[in-house]
Amino acid sequence: MTTILDVQGLTKTFEMHHLGQSLPAFEDLSFTLHAGEFLLLSGPNGVGKSTLLRTLYRSYLPVAGHLWFHSREGVIDMANAADIDVAHLRRTEIGFVTQFLNARPRVAAEDIVAEPMRLAGYGRDEALEQARHWLAAFGVKPDLWRAYPTTFSGGEQQKVNLARALILPQRMLLLDEPTASLDKGARAALVARLAELKAQGVAMIGVFHHPGDVAALIDREIPLKPKTPIEETADVAL
Amino acid sequence: MSALMKEAPRLVRTQPLMELSGLSKTYGNVRALDDVSARVYPGEVLGIVGESGSGKSTLLRMMNLEESPDAGRYRLDLPELPEDLFTLDRFERRMLRARRIGIVYQNPHLGLLMKHSSSGNVAERLLVAGERRFAVLREKAQVALEASEFPIPRMDAPPIELSGGMQQRVQLAKAIALEPAVLLLDEPTTGLDVSVQALVLDTLKRLQQERRITMVLVSHDLGVIRTMADRVMVMRHGRVVEEGLADQVFQDPQHAYTQQLVHAKL
Repeated sequence: MTTILDVQGLTKTFEMHHLGQSLPAFEDLSFTLHAGEFLLLSGPNGVGKSTLLRTLYRSYLPVAGHLWFHSREGVIDMANAADIDVAHLRRTEIGFVTQFLNARPRVAAEDIVAEPMRLAGYGRDEALEQARHWLAAFGVKPDLWRAYPTTFSGGEQQKVNLARALILPQRMLLLDEPTASLDKGARAALVARLAELKAQGVAMIGVFHHPGDVAALIDREIPLKPKTPIEETADVAL
Repeated sequence: MSALMKEAPRLVRTQPLMELSGLSKTYGNVRALDDVSARVYPGEVLGIVGESGSGKSTLLRMMNLEESPDAGRYRLDLPELPEDLFTLDRFERRMLRARRIGIVYQNPHLGLLMKHSSSGNVAERLLVAGERRFAVLREKAQVALEASEFPIPRMDAPPIELSGGMQQRVQLAKAIALEPAVLLLDEPTTGLDVSVQALVLDTLKRLQQERRITMVLVSHDLGVIRTMADRVMVMRHGRVVEEGLADQVFQDPQHAYTQQLVHAKL
């Protein structure tokens, strides 16, 4: 199996200078993620599941350990990588599907969705065509495509968010409760898209409030426990 | 920044477009810049934040070659330029500014001739760069104003008759008229109404996306930086206290001062 991510001894602590305190999030975490694999992070609220995803994306800085990402251009330790390398990998190989859309005022839904393709060098027409395809797939009505998502409901914003996040096939996808606030149709479209990406070899690791939504996709589970060293588990029957 | 960070093996071989190293500047007893270094990569937006007096505008003026430091070097990765731009004389600096560096000031009076026509202000930039044909000057000025989403029927109105948002669009048109290698933005939306501010930021974002213009944006407004920047540099008392990807600096600030700034915003 092709290794995509090799996490070794990853530790995250938040330093809260105004309180003079440190807040440990997780400690000495190790696991491996392979191409086409779907890994579920589980555990009670506040155990650090979303913190781990953000650390893998380097929105949070780890205090110890390694994040060996096997990119198309070579192996790089994301824990130590230069900002420009991380930014490059985010544009080309690592996607992060969050619960919320970062909508900008006065930017149309189809332009928000097309943006990752534009940044990857695709022409405007091709990017817009794909954007409309995915907006339709997630159930956003055509008369909303030119509208500004800042005015949309939470559910509609999330559909735009998913279309944007999944428009380009990445090498690794981080999923932070992407089914939250979705209706049944959009949830089915999301699961179908994730299955398609998985079949194409995209490695995925995610947090789901209702793991049953993606039960058919899950290969392994990593249960997080409060402040205890965590090791990779064997295959889990769900 | 994390103890783990920096000087790791690199994946991206791209050279910085702009590289300033070891800049120091003292005015009287005030240390405005203290050993400041910055790198800006092609196509990115570097945001510089900090309170008044932190040195961010001094740094931007040096990037625009309006000032020289007491110590330090400045390199632009463009053909036929010296290794240190601070060795250029006044005329050479002016020509380099006209051709390769665009700037938008917070105060339009610093960047525009307020009683000349808006199109004339843009054309002035083209004139400095050597264009003399009237029809070409006018056409290029119009293209730049259109790109800045300035209403063309008003292109001959002087900036003094325009709103603050429109004046900033004229400055922007002047700055991009010659397709600069880097666009410097010094508090470009400070003082504008919130709705006008959003429109100007949209225009900047669109220009950045469509033309991949490299930008350095100075602002004390974290919301503006958050909207625009790929990377952020935090300055205090003339020093860089933290630097990182924008989402990391805002979500997981490491330095006590950055935490204070981010929490104050929330």
